[in-house]
Amino acid sequence: MSTKTVSPNTLRRDGDSGQSGDKIFSTASLLAGCLILAVLFSVAIFLLGQALPTFAADPSEISGGNGFFSYIWPIVIGTVIAATIALILATPIGIGVALFISHYAPRRLAQGFGYLIDLLAAIPSVVYGAWGYAVLAPQLAITYDWLANNLGWIPIFEGPASNTGRTILTAGIVLAVMVLPIITSLSREIFLQTPKLHEEASLALGATRWEMIKMSVLPFARPGIISAAMLGLGRALGETMAVALVLSGGALNASLIQTGNQTIAAEIALNFPEAFGLRLSELIAAGLVLFVITLAVNVIARWIISRHKEFSGAN
Amino acid sequence: MSKRIDVKDLNVYYGKFLAVEDVNLTIEARSVTAFIGPSGCGKSTFLRTLNRMHEVIPGARVEGEVLLDGDDLYDDAVDPVHVRSQIGMVFQRPNPFPTMSIRDNVLAGVKLNSKRISKSDADALVEKSLRGANLWNEVKDRLARPGSGLSGGQQQRLCIARAIAVSPEVILMDEPCSALDPISTLAIEDLINELKNDYTVAIVTHNMQQAARVSDKTAFFNIAATGKPGKLIEYGNTADIFNMPKEKSTEDYVSGRFG
Ligand SMILES: Nc1ncnc2c1ncn2[C@@H]1O[C@H](COP(=O)(O)OP(=O)(O)OP(=O)(O)O)[C@@H](O)[C@H]1O
Ligand SMILES: [Mg+2]
Repeated sequence: MSTKTVSPNTLRRDGDSGQSGDKIFSTASLLAGCLILAVLFSVAIFLLGQALPTFAADPSEISGGNGFFSYIWPIVIGTVIAATIALILATPIGIGVALFISHYAPRRLAQGFGYLIDLLAAIPSVVYGAWGYAVLAPQLAITYDWLANNLGWIPIFEGPASNTGRTILTAGIVLAVMVLPIITSLSREIFLQTPKLHEEASLALGATRWEMIKMSVLPFARPGIISAAMLGLGRALGETMAVALVLSGGALNASLIQTGNQTIAAEIALNFPEAFGLRLSELIAAGLVLFVITLAVNVIARWIISRHKEFSGAN
Repeated sequence: MSKRIDVKDLNVYYGKFLAVEDVNLTIEARSVTAFIGPSGCGKSTFLRTLNRMHEVIPGARVEGEVLLDGDDLYDDAVDPVHVRSQIGMVFQRPNPFPTMSIRDNVLAGVKLNSKRISKSDADALVEKSLRGANLWNEVKDRLARPGSGLSGGQQQRLCIARAIAVSPEVILMDEPCSALDPISTLAIEDLINELKNDYTVAIVTHNMQQAARVSDKTAFFNIAATGKPGKLIEYGNTADIFNMPKEKSTEDYVSGRFG
């Protein structure tokens, strides 16, 4: 019979050498995650709590006298219209500029251009608003007149066009200019990350540069472009100052070149200073609705991205 | 299909750096030519000049001539895009398009230049190319699945199928097996042996046995020291290069006595 000697397991770790860094980091990131959730949650609770009186109130006491729904839905539509215009204009332009910077421009020029775009993102929204109000709107008023005269049969261009040019279309265009830097710089980052391997794969098949971009760059960048557009949309939905300055708001109007329409964010910004009591609660409820819209947009974007996961090359 | 390539007095630069100096050789049609040599001697650089893929790298340029059946690839009037559609390339790491299905990967080159192709022609071409790359039986039931879901060896054969689908004159391969296991490597070597019935094949490899197994002719490149340009040291029939090389450095390299 042999006696078993218990040899110490050499794989066991002695002490916690090297482990503490890991632990600190994982705790820190967990805390950060919880913090974000907590902030989001408390914002939601605050909005809900403050908005509650509006939902409980008698419909006739709400602005407009027909209940919260008929108060909110025109400005929801207005918000969506303005943000959609912004996105429709800014996404293709942003992608184009980003592609120019990442794949067409000479390297020196590309870098300068990139900085310039990043700078645009840092301009305060008041400046954009003032520019839209003072410069862009008067210019556009002329174009709107032309649109009303020539394309007036299309409902969105129905006349008479606004004399000041301060319409929802102008607001949408100003928003587009504002979200353009976001979309451009995010897309550019993604385009630059396209693996050389995939670019060379298409070039070696005899692709032109544009074909290479269609075959290798855009498919690779698709989720990133969607994320960039969604970030842009988020900013467009929530933008207050610029819209408040540019748009001379009013009732819901199908024509984009007449006065009228309003966005939630601008409605809140314009009325908040004098609001108290139920009116204040109403505005906060409107903020809650905006919160929900933004959330929904993000969920939809996630869903679009994940739908193509299998073909994303992540595996 | 299949043309020969004549290289005359070729110098290749990266900016000011002369990477490959004064190469003269002829790659015969319907044969396999192997390029061997130590790391950094410019094999990849040289191979990429044969279909102007070299130009993709900023600052890269060449001096000299590369003739495809007598036509200079670097003539001012020649479009590199056209060159590459005739001289295909397979890379070291398999690079199927991740967002495309297996079928679309094979058709990727054919659909370029907005060429239209009927569905039945496309189906036939997909089958022919995948059979040509010895991949058909493994993937015929999942042509609509993403190409990135295949094994590394299968992906590399998919890349070969993609390259032959456009019926090129020449196929260039840069260490096509270096990321693969021995079985997949053998599958690709068998494939190369079949490809030379229809195509001109040039292959870079670090594997001496592979060069000996698959190639008809072998070119040995070397550098005097790091920072010096790579040069073509010896070029001849593979059997001669391996059994009775003329140059001492070739003998040292192929017999594994190097460094
Ligand atoms: N994109 C580049 N820019 C500048 N120099 C480069 C570039 N690619 C390669 N070189 C240089 O050119 C020389 C030849 O490189 P190349 O990649 O052709 O060697 P190789 O023979 O293929 O080596 P390996 O066997 O390791 O693949 C090396 O000195 C390398 O540093
Ligand atoms: Mg190499």
